[in-house]
Amino acid sequence: MAVETTTRAKLRWGVLDVVVVVFALVPVLWIASLSFKTPATLTDGKFWPREWTLENYRTIFDTDQFVRALINSIGIALIATAIAVVLGTMAAYAISRLDFPGKKLLVGVSLLIAMFPQVSLVSPLFEIERQLGLFDTWPGLILPYITFALPLAIYTLSAFFKQIPWDLEKAAKMDGATQGQAFRRVIAPLAAPGVFTTAILVFIFCWNDFLFAITLTSTERSRTVPVALQFFTGESQFEDPTGAICAAAVVITVPIILFVLFFQRRIVSGLTSGAVKG
Amino acid sequence: MADIVLDKVSKRFPDGTTAVQDVDLEIADGEFVILVGPSGCGKSTTLNMIAGLEDISSGELRIAGERVNDKAPRDRDIAMVFQSYALYPNMTVRENMAFPLRLAKMDKETINQKVEEAAKVLELTALLDRKPANLSGGQRQRVAMGRAIVRQPKAFLMDEPLSNLDAKLRVQMRTVVSRLQKQLGTTTVYVTHDQTEAMTLGDRVVIMRGGAVQQVGPPQELYDHPRNLFVAGFIGSPSMNFLHAKVEEGRLRTALGDVPIGERVRRELEAGDAPRELILGVRPEHFEDAALIDDETRARGVEFEAPVDIVESMGSDKYVYFTVEGERATAAELEELAADAGAADFAGAGSNLVTRLSAESPVREGENRRVWFNLEKIHLFDPGSGRNLTLHEGRSAGALAD
Ligand SMILES: Nc1ncnc2c1ncn2[C@@H]1O[C@H](COP(=O)(O)OP(=O)(O)OP(=O)(O)O)[C@@H](O)[C@H]1O
Ligand SMILES: [Mg+2]
Repeated sequence: MAVETTTRAKLRWGVLDVVVVVFALVPVLWIASLSFKTPATLTDGKFWPREWTLENYRTIFDTDQFVRALINSIGIALIATAIAVVLGTMAAYAISRLDFPGKKLLVGVSLLIAMFPQVSLVSPLFEIERQLGLFDTWPGLILPYITFALPLAIYTLSAFFKQIPWDLEKAAKMDGATQGQAFRRVIAPLAAPGVFTTAILVFIFCWNDFLFAITLTSTERSRTVPVALQFFTGESQFEDPTGAICAAAVVITVPIILFVLFFQRRIVSGLTSGAVKG
Repeated sequence: MADIVLDKVSKRFPDGTTAVQDVDLEIADGEFVILVGPSGCGKSTTLNMIAGLEDISSGELRIAGERVNDKAPRDRDIAMVFQSYALYPNMTVRENMAFPLRLAKMDKETINQKVEEAAKVLELTALLDRKPANLSGGQRQRVAMGRAIVRQPKAFLMDEPLSNLDAKLRVQMRTVVSRLQKQLGTTTVYVTHDQTEAMTLGDRVVIMRGGAVQQVGPPQELYDHPRNLFVAGFIGSPSMNFLHAKVEEGRLRTALGDVPIGERVRRELEAGDAPRELILGVRPEHFEDAALIDDETRARGVEFEAPVDIVESMGSDKYVYFTVEGERATAAELEELAADAGAADFAGAGSNLVTRLSAESPVREGENRRVWFNLEKIHLFDPGSGRNLTLHEGRSAGALAD
């Protein structure tokens, strides 16, 4: 009976998986296909391009606008991710490790921030940043990104820290480690999967943001790709930019895929099994 | 190697719990001391204070004559073995054991040599390149010990190191621990829940209750001369039998009949605040089938007759359970002990009498049997304070002593 259920279950799950993957990937593939079509065949309704061209890619990398936006996107997302993950790690460590007054309040407030509708903050932020001279600068985007990514980071990370047996830290101290050494050499390697997971989530959040990016920027100086795409025109005003926009969309998904693939390996390595009696 | 002195050490947690109260303890250089007591009595907290993992609220802790209250664990040069083993999962066995040495900045050669040496002692040589996840419970336990012994610390602290092992492995590891400690001669403080470990491993046993030390001494002394009701009930398996006893006309009225008392106990009972009701304590092995003893022995005790409940023949002797009528012995200590042992295991205060008779006794279940018990070995306790009234200058002399 067991054999039968496994083959049948496998089949069922296999079909289900295919459906989900197709459902999720068709639009992406369609965009990818559009990006390889020539302007003439763009609207032929065929899934597979009849004439392949790299013209669209050439176009977007020739325009300053896109390259500049790409640099902005990468820079802003990386910096925001780095800061949010470092701060989040420290906060989560404290939350899961220490009993300090106001701990519950801190967790509650950070939850509140995560739940706050971002739309309602856009106009006040716009005013504030203009007053402070942060409008249309990198920090002008990095700061709100950190604010909204931090609760996410704290939450995921404290879940990871809670799984690490604290006896390990005590053992390290008994073995002669300072608090810092215990954290660096024992706790941090075990927390790494959590840190990388959090980094991915935060990076994707920053990378995909459109709302803040469109309200808090006005020029190429700090405009990120999702926004830049909206301002995309072809080489001349009269050209249909659809192909170019699709090419840009493909280009901006690539860093995310790379980012995830790169960190995924680390997530799987390093598990806490065997530390304590299990 | 060093001696460890606790001088009125107390621990109060921020939430107001007093986990350890005024503990005085002198542990000599090279001594093996066991801390026992029911769950929550402060054993781990005491150990953690010696380790430096918990702050000391008041009192003084000296290691090798030096006050170490404010020293970090790393500066105390003490190794600890945790109940959970606490092996670093991202390191191999070799790296685990080398970790304290690497932190001490020893050179590679020395580290390797010391790790190999420790691995040989603990029979871990073949496992040196494995990760903890790929080891059995007993092997992990040995790695944890190995990590403690490599750097030859001043003292070992062990918090229930064997409690996660199954019964057979525990017996095996017990001898490993014992042999290792004798071989190295390192001062050791060992926390346990286990009667057998407490009785067999240590030079001295410290019995704790509610954060306070009840009695300190060699295992046999605690067994023979318990200072109070708690110690008497805690040490011994099966535990001591406790019976209600009423003082009347210079005798004790008990469920086992009248018990005469000697001069010394009489004097104790003549004091103004002396209790009129006592608790009589008799260990199972101090009973004997009345048919099997000679007259000389008979004179040292009294006899009673009771219905036999259960007979368990152990080969070398017989455990015989009797039902006795009469008032139950009640005291806070007894309730605590029963709660800790699980009511089923602690027959001490019930109407059940546990006796250990000679294997030759023809006792059968269901019959009424005449049984004798030794008055020189019984203890009398004050139910209020728990004090052992038969104890004189640390020795218990039974009820008849003059
Ligand atoms: N961080 C803490 N805050 C408050 N109370 C605590 C804390 N840690 C321990 N206690 C209390 O201190 C008392 C002693 O705890 P401890 O862990 O020393 O007991 P133990 O003798 O080791 O028990 P066990 O045999 O169950 O391990 C317990 O009543 C416990 O509830
Ligand atoms: Mg404990």
